[in-house]
Amino acid sequence: MDIGYIGQHAWNGVMLGVIYAMVAVGFTLFFGVLDVIKFSHGDVLTLGSFAGLATFLGLQRMGQVPPLLQLGLVFAVSIGAMAILGALIARYLVLRLRSAPAFITLLVTLMIGTVIRESIRLFYPNGSNPQPFPKLLPTQSWSWGGFTVRVDTLILVAAGLGIIFLVHLLINRSRLGLAIRAVAQDGETAQVMGINFRWVVLATFGLGSGLAAMAGLMNGLYYSEVHFGNGTMLAVIGFSAAVIGGLGNIYGAILGGFLFAAIQIVTVVALPLPSAYKDVIAFCMVIVLLAIKPTGLIGEKTSERV
Amino acid sequence: MNTIWRKKSMRALAAAALAAALVGAASAAEAVKLAFIGPLTGSNSAHGLGGRNSAELAVKLHNAKPNTKYKFELVSLDDECKPNVGVQVATRAAADKNISVVIPHYCSAVAVATVDVYTRFNAPVIVWAAVHPDIIYKRKTREMHRVSATLINQNKVAAQFLTGDQKYRKWAAIYDTTDYGKSMFSYFEKFLKETPGQMVGAFGVGADQQDFNAELTKIKELNPEVIYFAGLTPLGVRVLNQMSRLGVNAQFQGTSGIVGEAFVKGAGPLAEGTVAMYDNPPVEKLPKGKFFVTEYAKQNYNETFEAYGPYAFAATMLAIETVEKVGPDRARILDALANVKDYDSIVGKITFDDHGQNVNTATTRYVVQDGKWIDWDDSEYKTGKRKLKGH
Repeated sequence: MDIGYIGQHAWNGVMLGVIYAMVAVGFTLFFGVLDVIKFSHGDVLTLGSFAGLATFLGLQRMGQVPPLLQLGLVFAVSIGAMAILGALIARYLVLRLRSAPAFITLLVTLMIGTVIRESIRLFYPNGSNPQPFPKLLPTQSWSWGGFTVRVDTLILVAAGLGIIFLVHLLINRSRLGLAIRAVAQDGETAQVMGINFRWVVLATFGLGSGLAAMAGLMNGLYYSEVHFGNGTMLAVIGFSAAVIGGLGNIYGAILGGFLFAAIQIVTVVALPLPSAYKDVIAFCMVIVLLAIKPTGLIGEKTSERV
Repeated sequence: MNTIWRKKSMRALAAAALAAALVGAASAAEAVKLAFIGPLTGSNSAHGLGGRNSAELAVKLHNAKPNTKYKFELVSLDDECKPNVGVQVATRAAADKNISVVIPHYCSAVAVATVDVYTRFNAPVIVWAAVHPDIIYKRKTREMHRVSATLINQNKVAAQFLTGDQKYRKWAAIYDTTDYGKSMFSYFEKFLKETPGQMVGAFGVGADQQDFNAELTKIKELNPEVIYFAGLTPLGVRVLNQMSRLGVNAQFQGTSGIVGEAFVKGAGPLAEGTVAMYDNPPVEKLPKGKFFVTEYAKQNYNETFEAYGPYAFAATMLAIETVEKVGPDRARILDALANVKDYDSIVGKITFDDHGQNVNTATTRYVVQDGKWIDWDDSEYKTGKRKLKGH
């Protein structure tokens, strides 16, 4: 196979990896901070992309808005709205159920996810059909042999990696990040140390949901389409990616996301099966990896000191 | 004595009046029911709703006429373009003896699954859109009829046209793995073999697949001149978008599944120059087509009639006129439908062969020009002012 085509496959994998990594980071943040698996994450992603779409359509109605401002507003509204939604879910559902068994929270967030998904389908005009997503980024492309890169794909990958890097900086270099890491390590001690537990949890959920919205918008821009069922598969993939990387570890989530995408791409390129099987093979690999290393590839070895 | 008589006669009178009222009401409400089944929700709903509106239009126009034997009522059911849902609603329609004729299915995958349901309940069926040959030809039934064409002829015309007139030689195919896509692809491949054209690669994809980067990158490597796409509109829009992203510059050839407004709306400017075959000339060109278009517009429906609306209208009219002739009894309707010859409809003359398939097809070549599907012969591509890819 020509190197150009290998490069093209690899580039496709990078884009997928960025999206999966962003979803996985969200899952890992929620689990790290509150030992909670928030299964509404994928549907928050979809809601974020629809919020962006609705903003765009609203701006169109209002008349001529410069494209850069359009892009900025779409992102701002979508990320902001989802961050608030995430914080609300945290405040009124997750925190309230903290003393209940963990699977209750899982169930409740799963149900919230279903409510969000079905609300989009029912209440958004023509909601059950895929909606074309506007092309907000420039679309020139450059080709070298078999390898074609389009400007908007480049921007999306760069933005995604940039955001992940920013999250890394936030978690490791800022006070909020310090607080998040403290709460993740030991919630009670953190409270004793004067960290406002409630605010940290809300901020974490807001951050994770904002990331989901970003991933949703990137998904919409990449495929030029949004669909109410987008979030379901992405949530499962993102969760699996977070788990194989090591739940609770951000770098694990990023690694897991890219690893999942890599497995998918290798399956499609190397095996003669139709590409629908890439998910089957990838999930089988997840099972195998978990059997070998249940705590994930960069899992933290936690031991409870009694 | 008189008062008792009066009471009795009053009661008798009241009873008689009640009985008369009931009988009167019953005969006034003797509406014959027809069932319409299509994808009213889901990603193919544009076609389903267009068909439903057209069928409703036929019923409305007939009911408005003063001296008809029967009034009709359309029961519309949603098959969601899913075979499992389709079987459920088909059973509902077929098992209800009050429904005289069933007019089902846009999606072939659903129609293939429901044939056995209709034959089991001896329900007269006139399919309005689904094109898979097996629906009619897998086995001979009394019940199944279809006014739209099978997918066989459109693939034959496509193969001959693109290798002859347009001189293309290299094809790659993307087909969805439902009965529809698989059947389309197998017939096209068969007809392509009879021409100098060559199929260099074929990729089966799931009907709701999102990401085609893998297939398209492989296709890029194979470097075909034409991509034959056998699937429905939502998938077609995705493939076209991703072709543009990956820089795949082949000519895009679709099937009747992408003919319609939903495709050009979804794909936008990328749809320009897409070629597809469809088994009828544009409805405005048909003899009674203009009548249909104006009447449809008068109703102010939210949706357009889409590509197969005229067929739904024709199928419903055929059902209505058959019932008017022989009454709502299913057995009689089946006998009448077995003898449909040169029935004059808005889609031309309909003649059912011994299996119930309409054999009058007028496969027309279509191309997207400036956001609209137009007849190839009326386009600037024919005159050479615009050219398909690779020319």
